[in-house]
Amino acid sequence: MRETNLANGLVADSTRAGAPASIAVVGFALSVYPIAVDRGWMQREQAVERVLLTLRFFWRSSQGDTAGHTGYKGFYYHFLDLQSGQRTWQSELSLIDTSLLLAGALTAAAYFTEPTRSEAEIRELADALYRRVEWTWAQDDQTGLSQGWKPESGFLHYGWEGYNEAILLYVLGLASPTYPLPSTTYDVWTSTYQWENLYGYDFLYAGPLFVHQFSHAWVDLRGLRDRFMREKRSDYFENSRRATYVQREYSLRNPHGFRGYGQDCWGLTASDGPGIAAPTADRPNHRRMGYAARGVPYGPDDGTIAPWAALASLPFAPEIALSSLRHYCEQYPEMLEDHMLPSAFNPTLPGAGPQGWVSEGHFGLDQGIIVLMIENYRTQLVWKLMRDCPYIRRGLRCAGFRGGWL
Amino acid sequence: MQSETISPPASLGTHENQLTSDPAPLPGWRNPRPAGKYNLVILGGGPAGVLAAQAAAGWGAKVALIERNLLGGTCLNTGCIPSKTIIRTSRLYADMRNAEAFGAHAPETITVDFAAAMARMRHVRERLSRGVSADILSAAGIDVYFGEARFARRNAVLVEGEILRFKKALIATGARPLIPSIPGLVEAGYLTHESVFDLTECPQRLLVVGGGPLGCELAQAFCRFGSQVTIVQKEPMFLRQEERDAAQILSDAFARDGIDVRLNTEALRVRKQGNEKLVDLVSDDYSSTVAVDQILVGIGRSPNVESIGLEIAGVRYDTDAGVRINDFLQTTNSKIYAAGDVCLEHKFMHIEDASARIVVRNALFWGRERVSALTIPWCTYTDPEIAHVGMYVREAIRRGIPVKTFTVPMHDVDRAVADGEEEGFVKIHVKEGTDKIIGATVVARHAGEIINNISLAICSHIGLRRLARVIYPYPTQAAAINMASDSYNMPRLTPARRWLLRRWLAW
Repeated sequence: MRETNLANGLVADSTRAGAPASIAVVGFALSVYPIAVDRGWMQREQAVERVLLTLRFFWRSSQGDTAGHTGYKGFYYHFLDLQSGQRTWQSELSLIDTSLLLAGALTAAAYFTEPTRSEAEIRELADALYRRVEWTWAQDDQTGLSQGWKPESGFLHYGWEGYNEAILLYVLGLASPTYPLPSTTYDVWTSTYQWENLYGYDFLYAGPLFVHQFSHAWVDLRGLRDRFMREKRSDYFENSRRATYVQREYSLRNPHGFRGYGQDCWGLTASDGPGIAAPTADRPNHRRMGYAARGVPYGPDDGTIAPWAALASLPFAPEIALSSLRHYCEQYPEMLEDHMLPSAFNPTLPGAGPQGWVSEGHFGLDQGIIVLMIENYRTQLVWKLMRDCPYIRRGLRCAGFRGGWL
Repeated sequence: MQSETISPPASLGTHENQLTSDPAPLPGWRNPRPAGKYNLVILGGGPAGVLAAQAAAGWGAKVALIERNLLGGTCLNTGCIPSKTIIRTSRLYADMRNAEAFGAHAPETITVDFAAAMARMRHVRERLSRGVSADILSAAGIDVYFGEARFARRNAVLVEGEILRFKKALIATGARPLIPSIPGLVEAGYLTHESVFDLTECPQRLLVVGGGPLGCELAQAFCRFGSQVTIVQKEPMFLRQEERDAAQILSDAFARDGIDVRLNTEALRVRKQGNEKLVDLVSDDYSSTVAVDQILVGIGRSPNVESIGLEIAGVRYDTDAGVRINDFLQTTNSKIYAAGDVCLEHKFMHIEDASARIVVRNALFWGRERVSALTIPWCTYTDPEIAHVGMYVREAIRRGIPVKTFTVPMHDVDRAVADGEEEGFVKIHVKEGTDKIIGATVVARHAGEIINNISLAICSHIGLRRLARVIYPYPTQAAAINMASDSYNMPRLTPARRWLLRRWLAW
C-alpha cells in the first residue's frame, strides 16, 4: 500500500527505487483492499477511494496501437510509468497480467456492494473494463491465444503451451459478454497438458510453483473438474497440493547440492535472483540468473529459493507450508524485513548471514499473493467473492468445469 | 557464390586419399553395359540405395545402382558420421575443462587441436566407408553406375547415355541442405553440413542459423572447440518437435557452455565487411547485429526431386515434401518406389535403412509392409542427448488417446549420479489405464543408447508392467526404465485395499 501512487492508484512492481507500476500488482492490490477493510487495516471509505482512483485511471487512460498509450483493445501493457501511466520498459500488451488486473477489479466490485454512488461506480467501472477487452483479437489458430503483443512487432511468437497460470485468463476470456473466446481455445490449451508421475505423485506437470498458485488466488477450484481433470479423477486444487509436495521432494534430493535446501526449505518459482555475478571458486559452472521462472525438477535451479512461495501454497498444503514458514523465521530471521519475506534468497552465495544472498526490497506480486492465500486459507474471502461473480461462473462452465460449488 | 569456398587442407593424408578412392569411382572407372531388364534400378547411392541394392542382390535380383557423386550419401560423408566423430572430440574437451567436478585436476592449459580432430574425423569416415566402395558392391553382383540419372520412360532410366530398363525402380536420391532466403547470405558465403567438415581452421566466431538437430549438435561442438558461437532460432525453443522440457534442458546446457542463445530470433540480412560477416538479427522489437567469421546454415533439408524425370515416369512430387508415396512406399507409378530422405518427413539414416528394407520386400516379393507400422526412434547428439521413440503426448491427445507419463529424473538414477551425468530424464508415455507404451523421450548423456530398450519394448508389445521383470545390471543409467516400471507397479492403496492387505498380513 505504501508503494501506491495516490494520484492514479497505480502500484509499483517492487519497492526498489524507480520501479514502474505493474498491472498485475495493481490487480493484487485491488483484491487486497477488501481484505484490508475486513481486517480493519483500512477504513471502507479509504479503500473505496483507492479502488475508484485506480479503476477511473484505467478506464480513462489512453488506448491505441502505437507506443505511448496505456493499453490497446482493452488490454494493458505489463509495465506502466508510475506517474504518467504510459507503457514503459518496452513491455508487452500482456494477456495474463491484464487478467490479473481484471480479477482484482472484479473482486473489488464483488465486495463493494453497498448502494452508495461510489460503490456503484466501482461496480460499473469494473464491468466496463472487463467488457472492453477484445479477447478474440488475441486468438491464434495454432496456439489458441497469444501471450502478448507489441506495437513495434505485433503478437509475440509464443502462445500458451503446457499447463500454466492461465486458467483465470481463459475463464475471463470465455465468459466475456462482448468478445467471448470460443471454448475450443481452452481445449487447444488443455491438449498440451502432460499428466505425469514424478517422485511418486501423479499430477499435471508444470515446473515453477507460481503456475500452480496464481489462478487459485481468485478462483476456488476445490472439487471443480474440467474434462481433463474428470479423466484424471483429480482437480486443480488437489493438483496444486501435489505440486507443492513435488517441490519439497526436489529440495530433499537437492541434485545440485545447494546449501539450505531441505524438508522445510523449498520453492522454485518466478522470483528475483542474484544475477550473473562471477561464479564462486568452488562452483565454476554455477550459472546464476536474475529475475526468472525457476522450476523443478529440470530447473533452472541456481540455488535460489523463493520463501513466499511456501505461503502462497498455504491453502493447498498448510502442514508443510507452515512448517516451512517457521523454518525461515527461525533459521533466517535476518532476511525478514518489516515482517515481509523477500522475493528470494540464496544461501549458497556469500551474504551477511546464513541466508546468503537476499533479494533487495520486496515485490508486489509476492506480497500480494501471500495476503490473498492467507486470507483464502483462513476465511476464503476472495474465493467466496469470486464464486458470486457471474463472469467467473460462466467462464468456468464454458471451459467445461462441473461439480463442487459450481 | 553458392557456398563457402574452402581451401583444401595442405595435406589430406592417407586417410583422405583412401576416402576419395572408395565411395567415388576409381580413376578410369567404366560403367557396366546394361544387361537386359533389371529387377530393380536404384537412383541414389546413399544409405537407402546401397542397402536396398545389397539386400536385393543378396536375394538374387538383377540390380543397378546409380550414384552421381559419392557412394554412402549424406550420412557417411557429410552427416551423422563426421558430426558424431567431432562431437566425441568436443565432449572430451568439455570433460577436460570440467575435470574438477569429477575430482580430477583440469590441465593447466587446454589447447584445442582442431586439425587433429578433423583428421580423426576423416580417418573414421574412411574406415566406415570401406564397406560401400564401388568395387565391393560390384563384387556383390550389383551393376554400379556413376553419373546423372533421369527417367526416360515409365519403366526405364537414362544414365550416361545408356538406357536401363526395369521391372521395379527405387528413388533414393536423398535431400540437400535447405538454404534460407536471407538477403546477402549467398554473397557473403555460408557453410552447410556439406562443407563444414572440410574446414581446416576452427572459426573464431560462428553464427548457426537454425535450431534443429544439425544446428544444435554443431553449435555445441564448435563452441567446445573454442568458437564463440551464436545460435539463432526462429521458434521459441530448440528442436521444435521435441518435448518442451527437453528443449529447455538443451537451452540451459547451451547457455552453460557459453553459446549465445537467440530464440524467437530471425536473421534479417548479411553484409560482408572485410573478412567478417555482419548479420542483422531481430527478435520481436529488439534488433541487433553480430559479427562473425563463418555462418553455418542448418534449417532443414530439401528433397532431391528435380532433374530426374519424375514427370516422365508419372511420379508425383512436391518440392518441399518430396516424392509422394503411399503407406507401402509406392509412388504414383506403382512400379516405382521411394525410400529415405527424398520422401519421408524424418530424415535419419536408420529410417532410410528401414524404408529401404520395406521397399525390397514390397517391390520384389509382393510384400505389404507399411511404413506407418515402423517404430522409429531418433536422437539428437547434443550433450545431453535427446532421444525419442513413438508418439509425443500432444500427438496422442490429438488422436484421442489419454496419456499418463512416468518420469524418472536422471538425478534419481544411481549410475547417473556416480557418473556426474544427472542432467535429464526418462519419460515413458503409456495409454492411461493400461501399461501399453505409446512413446518415450529420454534426455541423458547417453540417451541414444537408453532409448533402445524402450524401442524394443514397443516393437515387442511389452508393456510397462512387464518391463519391471527385466533385470538391469546395477548400476546402469538404463535402469531408469526399470524405475519407471516400478512407479507403474507401485500399489495404489485405496482404503478398501489397505484394509484387505492389513487383514492378509495380520499373521
